[in-house]
Amino acid sequence: MKIGLALKELHRSEEELAHELLRISDRHKVDHEIFHLAKDLARWSQQHVRAIAEIGRRYDQELDPAAGSEPGAVKAMLEKSSELTGRRGPAALLLLRDLREVYTQAAGVSVDWELLAQAAQGIKHTDLLELAERCHPETLRQMRWANAKLKESATQILVS
Amino acid sequence: MVSKDRIAEPWGARSPYGPGDEWPTRVDSYLADGISQDEVDRWVQTASILHSNGDALDIAVKDERIVGVRGRATDRVNHGRLGVKDLYGWQANASPDRLTVPLIREGGRLVETDWDTAMGRIVERTKTLLAEQGPSAVGFYTTGQLFAEEYYTLGTLAHGGLGTNHVDGNTRLCTATAAAALKESFACDGQPGSYTDIDHADVIALYGHNVAETQSVLWMRMLDRLAGPNPPKIICVDPRPTEVARHATVHLAPLPGTNVALMNGLLHEIIANGWVDHSYIEAHAVGYEELAERVKEYSPDVVATICDVPAAQIREAASILGHAERLLSTVLQGFYQSNQATAAAVQVNNVNIIRGMLGKPGCGILQMNGQPTAQNTRECGGDGDLPAFRNWSNDEHVKDLARVWNVDPMQIPHYSPPTHVMQMMRYAEDGSIRMLWVSGTNPAVSLPELRRVRSILEQERLFLVVQDIFLSETAALADVVLPAATWGEKTGTFTNVDRTVHLSEKAVEPPGQARADLDIFIDYAQRLGLKDKDGGPLIKWHDAESAFEAWKECSRGRPCDYTGITYDKLRGGSGIQWPCNEENPEGTERLYEGGNFWSSPEYCESYGRDLVTGAPVEPTEYKALNPTGKAILRAAGYLPPHEMVSEDYPFMLITGRTLYHFHTRTKTARAPQLQAAAPEVWVEVAEDDADAAGIAEGDLLRVSSPRGSIQAKARITGIRTGVVFVPFHYGYWDTDGSHGPDDAGRAANELTITDWDACSKQPIFKTAAARIERVRAADGPAPAPTNTASAPASAVGFTTHGGADAGAGEEPQERATEATR
Repeated sequence: MKIGLALKELHRSEEELAHELLRISDRHKVDHEIFHLAKDLARWSQQHVRAIAEIGRRYDQELDPAAGSEPGAVKAMLEKSSELTGRRGPAALLLLRDLREVYTQAAGVSVDWELLAQAAQGIKHTDLLELAERCHPETLRQMRWANAKLKESATQILVS
Repeated sequence: MVSKDRIAEPWGARSPYGPGDEWPTRVDSYLADGISQDEVDRWVQTASILHSNGDALDIAVKDERIVGVRGRATDRVNHGRLGVKDLYGWQANASPDRLTVPLIREGGRLVETDWDTAMGRIVERTKTLLAEQGPSAVGFYTTGQLFAEEYYTLGTLAHGGLGTNHVDGNTRLCTATAAAALKESFACDGQPGSYTDIDHADVIALYGHNVAETQSVLWMRMLDRLAGPNPPKIICVDPRPTEVARHATVHLAPLPGTNVALMNGLLHEIIANGWVDHSYIEAHAVGYEELAERVKEYSPDVVATICDVPAAQIREAASILGHAERLLSTVLQGFYQSNQATAAAVQVNNVNIIRGMLGKPGCGILQMNGQPTAQNTRECGGDGDLPAFRNWSNDEHVKDLARVWNVDPMQIPHYSPPTHVMQMMRYAEDGSIRMLWVSGTNPAVSLPELRRVRSILEQERLFLVVQDIFLSETAALADVVLPAATWGEKTGTFTNVDRTVHLSEKAVEPPGQARADLDIFIDYAQRLGLKDKDGGPLIKWHDAESAFEAWKECSRGRPCDYTGITYDKLRGGSGIQWPCNEENPEGTERLYEGGNFWSSPEYCESYGRDLVTGAPVEPTEYKALNPTGKAILRAAGYLPPHEMVSEDYPFMLITGRTLYHFHTRTKTARAPQLQAAAPEVWVEVAEDDADAAGIAEGDLLRVSSPRGSIQAKARITGIRTGVVFVPFHYGYWDTDGSHGPDDAGRAANELTITDWDACSKQPIFKTAAARIERVRAADGPAPAPTNTASAPASAVGFTTHGGADAGAGEEPQERATEATR
């Protein structure tokens, strides 16, 4: 049975997504909706990480429940540089790149949840299935958010 | 006729009435000193322009000057009554500092010019930008105070002509959440209820809605019910001791930013106790299971901790809501401008839906507006939405609009939601919007975080056009200033909260060379040479009535159908509620009778947005959720505000209005009685907090947030502990600073945070952290009214009154004709 491995992989991908969301928040402080929303959405991934770590013990996985919290050190510097570059066109291109990164990472997490849900059904582990059913919709919302922000921002950034 | 100082008694005398009775008529009037009603040359029909209630009134004209106003007894909205701002505010029209000639910036200074030069400069810049960058370089930011005809013209030339997606109104700051909440729950804008629901309701719940000050005539109606037999119970949610709170059966004063938790607590109780109309839900709504599941965790005890409201009060309020037979719910800025705005307002809709209380007398929802013509900004495309509630993510709707305008569908930007004003400011900041045309609004005072806003508007590279009636703080920063005519000087229609359409006729000539906003927009379109796809002019109308006829055609078959209304039909009698068409020739009192909604995927205005992320719901998703067009129950969990109190900033700051002023005081400060009632900014502090900090009434305080600071005198009130309130009306045009602070700031928005609701894009003015420090001792009480929510906790040595020149007429009348209700 490889469910432990799947959980470990999911834990890693959720942690990365949380980091990525915090990173995009810090890098785009001057884009206030990105700044605030990405932080809110990172919290979902942090909650998922905790839940995965908890259930992981049953599958012999020692996973850090606090993984994916504030990256910290570089934060202040990024915020400052965001303010400095906030009035220059090329910075806007970075926003598209960063949103694309969130989107693809969230898509990866989404697939991981699907895999886990499939396995949980196969071995009839209802706790695991319930976890997937609770968390996966939030992953999809993170994905849709990144996609919607991309659509909303792309025209202005690319044609101006 | 009784003469009454309406500054001292803003709501006038009571005319009590019982449930189901007709609200008695009382005609309020105010005429300039020394003029009597029989000396008036003519009375010209219009409605209120200084708030959103839509009170019908006549302008008195003598010797071609406005000399007063009188309420219209026949109108369904106000039955003759007027609010204080209507009674005295008209005097601003004749203010000597009106803009009367166009101005252009030369060598850093604004200098007088003529219309050809001013418009020529705007057109030249537009053409250059279109050639260099395309329509993405141009943005329009309008208001909630022009007329329907003007918004429709602006929306048409911007969307159908230039093809820019950057169109918004300042309704974004006041009523965007009303629209968003209605779109979430009913997939379409449009107020379900009617003001007449007050006549029937046995419970009226007001959520963050200080109606006594924002729509004072609507409050008179409620007061008259409260004074009559079998009065309704009142539930008030507000952190301030408002007049509504003083009359409430239950007053809930939650911590700012926790409205969703409170609403979920109320829904939790209603559902847990089975006060739910299951057959209504079964037949007319989707999403109940998810809602029930979501609110499970919000027991009154849990909510009491989050909101700092006693659990027993939550239970009591829920029980009143749960036992109501005719429940009217109203919502305003306490929800719209706070954390999780749309999610909270939607939960109010949910209460009425799960209780089956819609589309029947007394059973309604009023997601209120803040401005007189905000509804038209939303309907006609002034807020960036496609006109007549067409759905930008439905290709058939875009095609249909292209047919109405006779343009290629590709010409109409619909690749993403319209750009809201906060995003436009961001684009101006990053240099990708290079021309911004502001009409009838004052972002240099009304947007959050003013230091940032000023730094954006001051940029050389931004070409700023301001169309206004006074040299506002924003106009002072403009490259071109266009002098506009205002209410009473031009003709048009506008629509209030409960869908009542009024005609506002021209009474006098505008001053100097000032022109109607409609004429300015049409002139711009003509000078630019905007064409339809056959080479004809895009704007095919030339005056207010022909613009109205064009708008009617655009609205045909849509929810806000105006096709049954004509200017002639609006003359003489009462305003008319849309939809008004062949099927409903006299208009429609309540929407959604029998649980019939406009939410089918093919017809609806909006598929909604995710309440947390704001991501638009995709068409396929919506079709799966709501294939047959029911009401939609959308659940939301509580999320804490983005800015919490801290050691450095231990208070929650909220901003808001006072009864005597409107917006940035451009008109009300120029009406002597109104200005005298609230002459300067103040800050409200709770008694306990004042005691702890050693602050007394009238002490000068510095209020600071991470964004900036202001100075204001302290008014000690019954506001909830831990919260300070600053009115947002006070800017700099009547100080030495002209457009910004020359010394200590006084605009509330120096303090507010740049953050907005992801769903409605409405800025959050009511959830920020602040600190207060005493600067010096009082030399007298704070300059705040004593008869409103800013009433002092104990006597301060004066009471607000208007004096000799505030005597207004108040005349109870038998209703002459069968009321148009």
